[in-house]
Amino acid sequence: MITIIDYNAGNIRSVLRACAEAGSEAMTTNDPKVVVKAEKIIFPGVGAAPSAMEYLKKTGLDTAIKNAFMSSVPILGICLGAQIILEGSEEGPQECLGLVPGKTVRFKIDDKTLKIPHMGWNEVRVVKSHPLLDGVKKGDEFYFVHSYYPSPTDKQNIYATADYGGDFCCALGYKNLFAVQFHPEKSGRLGLQMLEKFTRWNP
Amino acid sequence: MNKIRIIPCLDIKDGRVVKGINFTNLRDARDPEEAAATYCREGADELVFLDIFATVQNRKTRLEWVKKVCDVVTVPFAVGGGISSIDDMKTLIDMGVDKVSINTAAVKTPQLVKEASKKFGKKRLTVAIDGKKNLANSGLPRLEVVIKSGLESTGMDLVEWAKRVEELGTGEILLTSRDADGTKDGYDIEMTRAVAEAVKIPVIASGGAGTLEHLYEAVTIGKASAVLAASIFHFGEIRITEAKEYLKSKGIDIY
Repeated sequence: MITIIDYNAGNIRSVLRACAEAGSEAMTTNDPKVVVKAEKIIFPGVGAAPSAMEYLKKTGLDTAIKNAFMSSVPILGICLGAQIILEGSEEGPQECLGLVPGKTVRFKIDDKTLKIPHMGWNEVRVVKSHPLLDGVKKGDEFYFVHSYYPSPTDKQNIYATADYGGDFCCALGYKNLFAVQFHPEKSGRLGLQMLEKFTRWNP
Repeated sequence: MNKIRIIPCLDIKDGRVVKGINFTNLRDARDPEEAAATYCREGADELVFLDIFATVQNRKTRLEWVKKVCDVVTVPFAVGGGISSIDDMKTLIDMGVDKVSINTAAVKTPQLVKEASKKFGKKRLTVAIDGKKNLANSGLPRLEVVIKSGLESTGMDLVEWAKRVEELGTGEILLTSRDADGTKDGYDIEMTRAVAEAVKIPVIASGGAGTLEHLYEAVTIGKASAVLAASIFHFGEIRITEAKEYLKSKGIDIY
């Protein structure tokens, strides 16, 4: 059973649906007591880091997620959930979860034709193999919507990059955590393939 | 060449997927949620939802219909029909809709395209253009823009309008030929190509798909970046997987 964390950050129904399509049983919750007991966690989210962190703190979900991470529960972060797992974000002064050393940064793009947010399909290039990226081939594209991206301190934690006015990290892994900036739940077959691999991932 | 996308379209009336001919003579096809889920499963690259009578009935997009479909899609999802303000767009985007599509509202208030593009980003915005062909000596543009589900002529030249909305900031153009719509006689290739050659943004060909060859022609001769179809998929005549295999076998780069 996959536990999807519902913390008021965008529509997570599509994540629930994608899990079902990928053949995984999943449920949503905003209850920290449920989160600490989860077998597997998906940490999705769309929106701004400051208000998301505020909600997580208020509900005690922040501690629950940290504890789950410490007790080796496999976690998949998606979009905002791939950003606030780092220590901080350029989006605001708030502290983030700090599961992975690093910071979330905003695109700094010189090319005026490239607008922020970066949105649409883009090629994801695997730079280091990972069980969740198995089957992702050269030229494979995923769906993105974001203005910020995760920048882990240790570049060894970067598993895939995409190019938008320069290469940026779009998939990072650290221990029992894997996080992607793109939306597997919106990326059709390739996204479902990744979710399906997550259900079988036992780090 | 960029990868070509295949986009099934759900034309919604009274909460059901319907399909007509030349925008009229609608017949009931299937349940929207079931159709959306099936298309995602079969490999649709994106999905379009059109509340086809919203504008004509002078009402907003029916959100409860959108919501149901929104919850089952696992690909980018565009919604059109009845959207006439920034607030309308925001409501849909907040619901989890990836792109909003405007048509009549763009013609009435071109500035809305600019505002929306600035506020939400051009990749969230599709301008849908419905067109018809006029006779050479009619005194009307050869390719003319029509609005309100094709009921109203505008006298506007279609290619000029396409260039204008590109300039105003739309991320893509969904181009439907009213004459070809639902006929299954093939896309209006002349119209598709005229627009695709005039703009740099992606053009989605729509209206008239009836066979696999039609999809192929829209891409190769019509220069479309994506092909949208309704009838052939709704009635199960062609499966999306089949369309993809066919295009691939003809050397088209698809997903």
